[in-house]
Parts: sequence; C-alpha cells; structure tokens
Amino acid sequence: MDTVWENRDLILDGFAMTVRLFAVSGLLALVAGTLLAIMRVGPIPPVRWAASTYVTVLRNTPLTLVFVFSTFGLPRLEVRLEFVTFAIVALTAYTSAFVCEAVRAGINSVAAGEIEAARALGLSFRQVLTLVVLPQAFRAIVPPLTGVFNALLKNTSVAVAFNVAEANAIYRRLQNLDGSATIPLLLTLAGGYVVLAAVLFGASRLVERRVAAVR
Amino acid sequence: MTRHPRLRTLLCLLLPFAFLLSACGDDDEGLDSNSGGSTEPEPEVEQTEFPEGSTMARLQEAGTIKIGVKYDQPGLGSVSLESEEPEGFDIEMGKLVAAKLGIEPDGIQFVETVSANRETFIENGTVDVVIATYTINDERKQVVDFAGPYYVAGQDLLVGADDETINGPDDLAGKRVCAASGSTPIERIRTDYPEAEPVEFDTYTECVDQLLADQIDAVSTDDIILAGYAADPKYEGEFRVVGETFSEEPYGIGLKKGDDDFRTFLNDVIEGAYEDGSWESAFDATLGASGVEAPEPPEVDRY
Repeated sequence: MDTVWENRDLILDGFAMTVRLFAVSGLLALVAGTLLAIMRVGPIPPVRWAASTYVTVLRNTPLTLVFVFSTFGLPRLEVRLEFVTFAIVALTAYTSAFVCEAVRAGINSVAAGEIEAARALGLSFRQVLTLVVLPQAFRAIVPPLTGVFNALLKNTSVAVAFNVAEANAIYRRLQNLDGSATIPLLLTLAGGYVVLAAVLFGASRLVERRVAAVR
Repeated sequence: MTRHPRLRTLLCLLLPFAFLLSACGDDDEGLDSNSGGSTEPEPEVEQTEFPEGSTMARLQEAGTIKIGVKYDQPGLGSVSLESEEPEGFDIEMGKLVAAKLGIEPDGIQFVETVSANRETFIENGTVDVVIATYTINDERKQVVDFAGPYYVAGQDLLVGADDETINGPDDLAGKRVCAASGSTPIERIRTDYPEAEPVEFDTYTECVDQLLADQIDAVSTDDIILAGYAADPKYEGEFRVVGETFSEEPYGIGLKKGDDDFRTFLNDVIEGAYEDGSWESAFDATLGASGVEAPEPPEVDRY
C-alpha cells in the first residue's frame, strides 16, 4: 500500500494523461465521426464510398495496429510528432469510425417523411441536414455515443505500449519497481477508471435529460 | 488518378499495410541471419572421469543437459525463423560446457528462459544451467550460484551516425533516450540521468525503428546488443555505438545454489576455453560477425 501512497502524484499524473487522451481524441472523433456520417448519407457516390471504406477498415482493424501505423508508420512518411500526438491520432482515427456509425444510425432514425417534406419545401442538402436531420439524430444517439466514449476511455490504456505515460503506464512502472504492490496498484488503477466512467455516465444522463426536455 | 477515386482510395488504404509488412520483415532478419553463427565447428566431446555422485557424473551418465538460453538476443542467444535452432555466443558457451561433460551435441536441450523465470528454472530443475545474458549480482546470488563471468557487457548508447552531440552519458540532457519497458537500462537512465527524456517501447527493434525515424536521439542497452544493430547490413552507415559504457554487466552461468563442485567445474571450463582459444573463436563466430573485436576475456570470479 505504501507504494501507492508514496507515488500518488505519479498516479494522478497518469490519470491526468488518460483524461487528456480521452478528452482530446473524444472531441476530435465526435467532429470527424459526424463528418464521416454526413459523407456516408450524402449525394456524391465517391465520397460515400470513401467514407464507408474508411469506416469498414478502421472498425475492423485492432486498435493496437492503428497505433502501430500511427507511431511507426507516420514517421516513415516524414510525419514527426510527439508520441502523445501519435496516440491521439490513433485514438481519433479509430473512434471516429464508431462515432460515424452511431450518428448514421441516428440519421436513419429520422422519419423519411420529414426529409421529403424538407426537400419539398426547397431546402438544400445542407439545410435538410443541419436544420432537420442532425438535431433529431443527436437526441436519439446519446446512449450509443456514451457507449462509444466509454470504450474510448478504456482504449486509452493501449497507449502504454507507445511511450505515453498514462495511468496504465504508471502502473507498469511502479509494479516493476515493487513487485509486492501488484494488488494495491491494480485496485487503485481499476478504481480510477471506474471513477472516470462514472463521471462520463453522469454527464451522459444529464445531457439526455436536457435533450428530453427540449423534445 | 483523380478520375479513379475508388482506385485511389484503395491504394491509400493498402499503403499502411505495406508498411506493416515491411516492418515485420525487418524483425526477422536480425543479426543472426547475417552472421552465420552456425559456422563454428562443434567443440570436441571429451570423456573425463568425474567423482561419483557429482552433478557432472550425473549429467555425463544421462548424456543430456538442459540449458536455459534466451531466444531474443541477436548474437548472444536467438532463434531465427530459418534455422529454428538457437545460436549465438551464449549458445556456443553452452556447447563448450556440454562437450567437457562428454555430452554429444544432440544431447543438448536448449530451453527458452526469459529474464523473469531464470532463478525459478534453476531452483526447480527445469534446467541444469542458465546461460542467458545473465548478469551476476548479489540479489541473484542469494538464490542461485554463478560461474564466470565469461563476458562483461556495459550499458552504452546507439546514436545516428552523423550525430556529433552525444559522446557519452553526460551529453544526454534534453535528449530522448529509448530502452525497453521494465528493463534495467531504462531505470538507470531515469535515476542516474534525470535530465534525459526516457522513451519506452516493448522491444529494442521498436527503439531502433524510432531512432531511424529521428523520433528519438539514442537507444540504450548493453553495448554488445547495440553493436549488433549498428553492424546489421540493412542499417549500414545509419548508426554508431558511442563506446563509453556506464555500467558493468558481468554475464555468468547460473547453477543451483550450493553445488560447489559443479561451479568449480564450470569455472574450469570457462578458463580452459580462454586458454585453448575456443572462447575467442566462439566470440568471433557470433558477436564478432558484427565487426566487434574479441576483448580480453574477464577474470573468472571463484567466490
């Protein structure tokens, strides 16, 4: 137990990094995933194909492999970034595919009649999307999106193998220094993730309630 | 191209996989495939009289010996995809020991050990000896005994060939130094050179890959492992080993604690190999292939 207490700053730093990875790539994935979803329902076939190919490939590739491509592949293409940035690129690329699918499901939940009515009123594709479809879609997908973000929260732990000092990396390092501290360290780590997940679900419920009020 | 968006998309998607494939290929062609470690002639098997009841007599009688070795240390103990037989300097040392016990080469069973299970394997008899870049230190001596050292390695730095800024561990302030996660080298960098920025990956191949991509400034582990990378033909002219070691890693042969006769025997084998030149030729055939000269053999510590 001493190891946990003596290294509390280090452990907190680790969780701060976890939160940073989660927040930055979550936000980016939300934007990218929504754009991908729009591409997938859009009127231009090549754009549709490109987006659906991206989603299919990223959804079916193990996250570790996406990390390998980001951290080891990009430098070969002369892209030189901080290791944290590589991790954010990988998490965003991967998560946006799942966000895309959630948003698309939301778009599909909007009644076809409404879209036809909007078109009949002479609204452009963009107007149909931003005024009619997306606002309704996002209300429908708060629970599935929460699931996607919960997965992202846990997926940040893959960054340990790519030189990012997030919570799991700190665990590995401390466990190495003091093999007898395995159980307390593991419990602390699990507790930290549970707290973060609880915050995420609490926020999700809050958003859902507000959205429901608007409806 | 612009008229074939589908084709372009496909190419863009396949490109990453091409990189992954080539990266995998790199791993497999380690130092060992180029060094021809198996060209070393087998040591001559000798039949000696051993005192009854000794470990030597027991092994000689059985005609087999189980030797714990590493499978992932190019030049020292590694298994290539082609040969499936371990090869390297540690392996040659094992063959020397077996020959002096009167054991034919096909009586040698190499067992893979990793750093974490070496003491256990010796204690519970999974192996008779461990020859696996096994650094002699006091903590380990409480559990097992060591013959040797038969080689002294030291932590060193691998840098880009044209990097003039790093000429020793004191130049590491603000530099990104890569070593394997959980290894002694990464902890030494962290504690002894706090101004350096430690970078951790699971394997040294990954570190070398990042050095090649200029994402880091140096790779740090035992000099002899770094020499293997520097000399690898596919990295020709890319790297240099700084050559100023900042630790001592005396490699010993691990055996069961308290078996003093056996330890004396193993020390005799090591000294005998120094004298008759078989130590040096084993070195030349394995580690020497990376262009490293055989050093003066270290003095055996008969504690």
